[in-house]
Amino acid sequence: MKEAAHLIRVAALFVTALLVFLLVRQKVMPATFGQYGHFRGSALEEIRARPIAFAGRPTCEMCHDDQLKVLKTSKHANIGCEACHGPQAKHADDTAAAKPILPDTKLLCARCHEANAAKPPKFPQVLSKDHSGGEACNSCHQPHSPKIG
Amino acid sequence: MEVTRRHLLLLLTPAAAAFLDHRNGVSAAAPESKYKLADHYWGMIVDIAKCIGCGNCVRACSQENAVPSGYFRTWVERYSVPDYPEEHPIVESPNGGMEGFPNTEHKNTKNFFVPKLCNHCEHSPCVQVCPVGATFETPDGLVLVDKTYCLGCRYCVQACPYGCRYIDPHKEVVDKCTLCYHRISQGLTTACCETCPTGARLLVDLKNPKDPVHEILRTNAVQVLKPHMATGSKVYYKSLDQSVR
Amino acid sequence: MHGVEGFMYPNEVELQWSILIVLYPFITGLVAGAFILASLERVFRVEAVKPTYRLALLTAFGFMLVAPLPLQLHLGHPERSYEMFTTPHKTSAMAMFGFVYMWYLAVVLFLEIWLDYRKDIVLLAQSATGLKRWIYRLLTLGSYNVSDKSLAIDERAGYIITVIGIPSAFLLHGYVGFIFGSVKANPWWSTPLMPIVFLFSAMVSGIALVMLMYMAAVKIRKQQIDMRCLDTIARYLFYTFVIDFSLEMLDLIHRMYESGESFQSLDFMVHTRLFFSQVLLQIIAGTCVPLALLAANQVYRFSDATRRLMYGAAGGLTLIGIFAMRWNVVIGGQLFSKSFLGYTTYKLEFATREGLLPAVFLMILPFVIIWGLITLLPPWSATHARVVGGQHGGVS
Repeated sequence: MKEAAHLIRVAALFVTALLVFLLVRQKVMPATFGQYGHFRGSALEEIRARPIAFAGRPTCEMCHDDQLKVLKTSKHANIGCEACHGPQAKHADDTAAAKPILPDTKLLCARCHEANAAKPPKFPQVLSKDHSGGEACNSCHQPHSPKIG
Repeated sequence: MEVTRRHLLLLLTPAAAAFLDHRNGVSAAAPESKYKLADHYWGMIVDIAKCIGCGNCVRACSQENAVPSGYFRTWVERYSVPDYPEEHPIVESPNGGMEGFPNTEHKNTKNFFVPKLCNHCEHSPCVQVCPVGATFETPDGLVLVDKTYCLGCRYCVQACPYGCRYIDPHKEVVDKCTLCYHRISQGLTTACCETCPTGARLLVDLKNPKDPVHEILRTNAVQVLKPHMATGSKVYYKSLDQSVR
Repeated sequence: MHGVEGFMYPNEVELQWSILIVLYPFITGLVAGAFILASLERVFRVEAVKPTYRLALLTAFGFMLVAPLPLQLHLGHPERSYEMFTTPHKTSAMAMFGFVYMWYLAVVLFLEIWLDYRKDIVLLAQSATGLKRWIYRLLTLGSYNVSDKSLAIDERAGYIITVIGIPSAFLLHGYVGFIFGSVKANPWWSTPLMPIVFLFSAMVSGIALVMLMYMAAVKIRKQQIDMRCLDTIARYLFYTFVIDFSLEMLDLIHRMYESGESFQSLDFMVHTRLFFSQVLLQIIAGTCVPLALLAANQVYRFSDATRRLMYGAAGGLTLIGIFAMRWNVVIGGQLFSKSFLGYTTYKLEFATREGLLPAVFLMILPFVIIWGLITLLPPWSATHARVVGGQHGGVS
């Protein structure tokens, strides 16, 4: 045994290092790690805590029932308000803080209705150059009720 | 910047978090008592036949989640598939389809749009390879990233068969679709579904039998992307062409 | 988009793993290969390679110290890398790296070197001066017992460690191969042959490196080279290379014959973007030529000077070939789209964190470390004679 003393020292060194590692590990492990699985459990709440940007159509409907009435009977009945008007959570929180900007129909309508071979054939689409010759869409169509006449 | 500080404060005290929520005018993230992890299991249905390639989903996602420009949590591809041979489709996705698509015509092809997003796989290859548990499957069926824990080793980016992950160039950690966890846990739908004008994308809670979307799954032929990868994808495609990869 | 041909998923355009991740399997391969050469002498008693035993160990140790650096430099958050130790994810192939690394570095390499050099260390701790004396004294761990009995125990312990070390070396590099081979999303990587191919290419590169190091060391010290030793190393290099090449060809033929869904895409890539690095560098210059040089020596006896030249050329080309192989695996695996519809380009930067400059620095660093180790623990020390009566009688 005496002749192997140096080996015992080296073994002791390794064991000490291992113990230090285990102690440090105990210290730095996040508290909620393993709560639901192999991850930091509190990460779920942190991700859920992100503020929203799009308020959702039901929120818009709470105030804008006049618009809703028109929209409901039209071809656009099922489209979310923010699909055209953009994210309005800030406006919903405080109507004074953020006012929605009325979108430019020349750009807005073309996004959906500009003809494209990949669009479903039954979907109404036009070549805006031929169809309106550069005229704004809302000079004929009302976006909330696009049918003319 | 706001988000980073927010995360930091959240780590410090719950009181700080509550204050921030109050200041931002957001009802505090639904507390555990209201949102029950065990009651939900999220997925999505995408109907190819309804997608018009407007790019609303891509823009909304980017606005809702502050996605760094040039990277995509969701994107739209335009397929032009020749009648023969089918395996050589022409696919485009200019800027992820954010600004829509030019009407490029290719002779003798069928054309359609394919929206893509994280498939929130049940057996996620990306979660499997994460060395530290920075990306994980939640009990309510999402694949999420703990951005304060990610090393930025990028192994998960390599492991995802669908190309849904990217490295956030500012934070140097991986980032991906959260299925708008902050929204769906409050009873809202995702930003992409909220803004889709044709209802081509529908959020589905697979654990809620009252969710009308179940009817779609019961009565339609649906497919997942790359089924041979056996990832347990939970984004179900209706009217998906076999040429889509 | 710049550098993109066909269609890539939009997030795929940028490559995730750079030249630094090419270095990682290259360096760990050198470690594993050098160690296996050392164990030839220790366990398989190939006496002829004895002059390279200690040099091989120090080479392995020097490269091992550098192995994690390219990874650290590549991480988005290197300061979080301790999480690999504190919360390793047991389903992740990568999570085990820290443990495999620590095991191999501390238990195998450090212990084996320490035991082999213990007598030298004790003697030097008494004769050296200044800072060096303190380093040696620290290394003795306060035990100055170099009696025949204790050295016999060291010899036995060293033998056991080498026996454990061989599977560990296999584990270290086979495991690196598994990191790539287990990614089912990537058909260029996903093959069960990957760990074995990595292992044999590791042995090839490690043996070639130690052979060159030995030749260089002899040259620098203006000593007579041991041709029997050099011939033996070259022979082993030839054997392992034949196995390595057969495995790689098997993989290639298998892919071509199966012609799975990814084949057309990968085949096109090899004929275009990877043509130079795969066909010219890896297969022709880095494999066929050195194999021919080594094979020629198995059938014909050239003069000593010609042999040295041939071995030197073969060794150098082998290292280039194996580096090209790592490059083709790591970079090649990211050049094609997982949609199999397009290709992107890898732009090697220069003076950035993941550029050419740090890569070159990381390849020079191990040699600086080895030089330091050699100064501290000269492999050709006069005291290096194994104790007779130990596991086997050493002839030095």
